[in-house]
Amino acid sequence: MKASRREFLKLAGVSALFGLGANAAFELLTPGALEASSEVAHGTAHGEAAEGVHAATRWAMVIDVRKCILQEDCNDCVLACNATHNIPTVGNPKEEIKWIWKDTFEHLFPDQHSQYVDEGLKGKTFPVMCNHCEHPPCVRVCPTKATFKRPDGIVMMDMHRCIGCRFCMAACPYGARSFNWRDPRKYFEGKEAMLNPEQPTRTKGVVEKCTFCPERLAKGLEPACVEACKKRKSDCLIFGNLNDPESEVRKILRKRTSIRRKPELGTQPSVFFLV
Amino acid sequence: MYDLNKILVGLAIFLLFFTFPILYGMGSAVPVPKPKLDTPEIQKLIDKKCVEDTHFMKTSHMQFLNYWRDKAVRDDQRVYNSKLNGKKYDISLQNTCMKCHSNKKEFCDSCHTYASVKPYCWDCHIEPKAAKESM
Repeated sequence: MKASRREFLKLAGVSALFGLGANAAFELLTPGALEASSEVAHGTAHGEAAEGVHAATRWAMVIDVRKCILQEDCNDCVLACNATHNIPTVGNPKEEIKWIWKDTFEHLFPDQHSQYVDEGLKGKTFPVMCNHCEHPPCVRVCPTKATFKRPDGIVMMDMHRCIGCRFCMAACPYGARSFNWRDPRKYFEGKEAMLNPEQPTRTKGVVEKCTFCPERLAKGLEPACVEACKKRKSDCLIFGNLNDPESEVRKILRKRTSIRRKPELGTQPSVFFLV
Repeated sequence: MYDLNKILVGLAIFLLFFTFPILYGMGSAVPVPKPKLDTPEIQKLIDKKCVEDTHFMKTSHMQFLNYWRDKAVRDDQRVYNSKLNGKKYDISLQNTCMKCHSNKKEFCDSCHTYASVKPYCWDCHIEPKAAKESM
């Protein structure tokens, strides 16, 4: 059969109409189903758990700022982390590597900067680390899935896959990520005894950050910083499962007022500060 | 044919130049490496077995290490059930593999140097101390 130009145009027109109407037909018959399925695909594509699926565990950290600022010279949590994860002391602040670090209230909460900052808080430093966000912007932008969100809420780094593009650093609103501008082994030259033989270092050209010590969690231990804080009996760092209503973190969050960094961004941090 | 002599000389020089690496190494064949297995940790083992059988470890340790890496880092499964003897092993290059094979130089490097492969494991992972001291 030889289709005339007129026949062809008619058929094309009808097909186009059907194509345009298909989405509407789906909406009419199964409202929301089409969008939901694409959303799930999108979520998993970025390594995020699909909305509504409730994981048994969501690890979270609570930092008792009131208690911590009493221990002015204490740096135990930072030192414990550095020693555990072989984090070098770089010196140059532009190239420094930090997983957990201490800073002032004014710097960490610029959005909550009251005209009259509490005298007790002024100039005092307390620890801060990766927020392990519910909706991590770093994970969304990572082109190689080197950083991904685990079902238990930990935003993990796979150093084997990191290509050092630093998109994640640009995306992170908290400055929690550090780039290895140089080979970190260089900073351990002559100090090899300081290296923790159970953990790797990183290499030049990868991004690193706090990981909530998954290798310790697997053994039933708490993160290294929490352990160091408890050893000192300061108890400023409380670690636990946010999805367990009877966990230590949930108990203290019920009792005390907590704030999170830049909540307006909707990233839903898992690090809480008691003020 | 024009300039036959010149062409033949040129060809001879070219052939010599091109096959120089082969001719240079002739007669001085490097023996096939035998990775050493006598480390204190292995001596202590009653049943001297790796996590899987020797043939598999020889031929497929690279894929196996990648599998371990993905299990630990991405899936957070840090215990491996051996198909060889049903034993459980911690999935860790530094804390399981290298605890027994603490002689990186005589074990890993002997074959890798022979085969001229340069795995980048050690850019990040720390090699055992004993091997480092003997270096």
